[in-house]
Amino acid sequence: MCQVGEDYGAPAPEMPPPPRAGRELKCVKCKEDLPVVVIRAGDAFCRDCFKAFYVHKFRAVLGKNRLIFPGEKVLLAWSGGPSSSSMIWQVLEGLSRDSAKRLRFVPGIVYVDEGAACGQSPGDRARTLAEMKLILQTVGFPWHIVALEEVFSLPPSVLRYLAQEPSGTKGAYKAAVDSFLQQQHAPAEGEEQLSQPGSQDPQSPAGPPTAAQTEAQPPTAAQTEAQPPTAAQTETQPPTAAQTEAQPPTAAQTEAQPPTAAQTEALSRLFDSVKTLTAKEELLQTLRTHLILHVARTHGYSKVMTGDSCTRLAIKLMTSLALGRGAFLAWDTGFSDERHGDVVVVRPMREHTLKEVAFYNRLFAVPSVFTPAIDTKAPEKSSIHRLMEAFMLRLQAQFPSTVSTVYRTSEKLVKAPRHGSAGGPPGPRCLLCMCALDIDTADSATAFGAQTSHLSHMQPPTPPAEAPTTPCCSAGVGRAQGCCQGAEPCRREDPRAHVIEQLCYGCRVNMKDLPSLDPLPPYILTEAQFRSQRASVLQEMQEYLIDSDDEAQTGES
Amino acid sequence: MAAPLSVEVEFGGGAELLFDGVKKHQVTLPGQEEPWDIRSLLVWIKKNLLKERPELFIQGDSVRPGILVLINDADWELLGELDYQLQDQDSVLFISTLHGG
Repeated sequence: MCQVGEDYGAPAPEMPPPPRAGRELKCVKCKEDLPVVVIRAGDAFCRDCFKAFYVHKFRAVLGKNRLIFPGEKVLLAWSGGPSSSSMIWQVLEGLSRDSAKRLRFVPGIVYVDEGAACGQSPGDRARTLAEMKLILQTVGFPWHIVALEEVFSLPPSVLRYLAQEPSGTKGAYKAAVDSFLQQQHAPAEGEEQLSQPGSQDPQSPAGPPTAAQTEAQPPTAAQTEAQPPTAAQTETQPPTAAQTEAQPPTAAQTEAQPPTAAQTEALSRLFDSVKTLTAKEELLQTLRTHLILHVARTHGYSKVMTGDSCTRLAIKLMTSLALGRGAFLAWDTGFSDERHGDVVVVRPMREHTLKEVAFYNRLFAVPSVFTPAIDTKAPEKSSIHRLMEAFMLRLQAQFPSTVSTVYRTSEKLVKAPRHGSAGGPPGPRCLLCMCALDIDTADSATAFGAQTSHLSHMQPPTPPAEAPTTPCCSAGVGRAQGCCQGAEPCRREDPRAHVIEQLCYGCRVNMKDLPSLDPLPPYILTEAQFRSQRASVLQEMQEYLIDSDDEAQTGES
Repeated sequence: MAAPLSVEVEFGGGAELLFDGVKKHQVTLPGQEEPWDIRSLLVWIKKNLLKERPELFIQGDSVRPGILVLINDADWELLGELDYQLQDQDSVLFISTLHGG
């Protein structure tokens, strides 16, 4: 581009403007039918080619990454919006095909009712829930409806990383698929007949839903006719045998009792106490993630699929940078997110732009429900998320490759372990977002900044005599200096500092907009206290531990 | 002199919130000298249908980025975007993609 001697004075050779894809043109793929939609910059597709392209992308993303093993239980996180509805529809269609090409996992759906955080009235929430249930019954997968208020009854274990044995190499995936196919052919006859009514013409999306609708009455353990037939086979055994868990998966159309008014009140109070919309959105996302994780763990799902589209992920990438979460971009925007350990979050819609999703939903009648969110009708500058969204979309309108460029960048991000020690003990994790902590406890610039800003927020009533000791405690600097032996001064201004020092930089910045930590759900505060107590006990014991550890390490390295 | 046109205007994806929650509007555009095109339709919508927050729907003389326009179930980019001339009984659909999920 910038070459020595290039003459900027002369105008670039006049290129004719790219031909506007007009109706006279044919579909770029089949070259026969009239195009209906323009994807990317200038590729016009007809309806059938568009559908094939869309479905193919979905299958390809799943197939390329080979993370979802046959027979695995996957929880689909559904918000009612177009992307997640489209994802569910793709799963529904993908499971219903006969032949070796069909999807092979066992789906369930979770819907989180966030009406309280968005200020909806109970009447509106009930109406929305009724609409959601209609669609859930049409789809026919086991579903779980949870209200956001249930975060107040989550256990602290939801914040812990539960390690899982590694799923194995590519060879393991292929072997798993082969053995699964063999199992399928074994109880052959009964299955073949079952799969006949289930297999529909893949082109007509109306097919699978009607078949599922006839079986939409609460599927009991004898779910032999719903799709997929194999899943029904594998699901009927566990419920009869292992009734130790809450509900068996098939019968789990779980919907807890509607939240009590006290819980709704507590949730509203929490969100009202947050000062900025940016922090509200981040908090909402955090709580929602924890809740979905809890549902997944309780009901035995090992994967969660979210409907983040390409556009949303590009916006999220830029927003995360602005929020100080640059260290975790690979987890926040990548295909798979293993920060929780046993439950992996997967994003199969990450290559579909919002335009494609909207067109597909319209052309092929995918049902979705519109629910107002926390930032509906908010002005453009009200939060970093909105600002970034407006920026990206405006830029996209002028330069149609913006979103895909940002997206491609996110694909290149690599998840590097923190200190390069793959075999070492896992480092501490952020209390809220569960990413490996990116803050050094000792003299880093961020710690200093956190310390000084915390000092400036100190309440006047704190007697000045404690001022010298508190800086040590507040930013977590120099825990080792033994200042915590003077237990009184530490504890006094305490719980907030204990929580803050266990957060990553991005979460700390968010917490600044939360003046008091009291309205937070109890599991967060409990876990924070547990961790800090554990850390201080470890600290005290450290002095008494025999030094063989150090010698062994130096010997190895 | 263009004759009055009867057009169906529909809003989806959350855009209906700006129009009192009503998704489908059957409108009759009055006759005028210049033929009706999308540009003038947007002006008409802003004046007659839009109930609040015009900046969330219209930007300049076009729709806000993030709002898709379908004319008879086809992408408006194939038909000339703002310069497409409306015919009688056309159906124009505005989908907001900004309420993702």
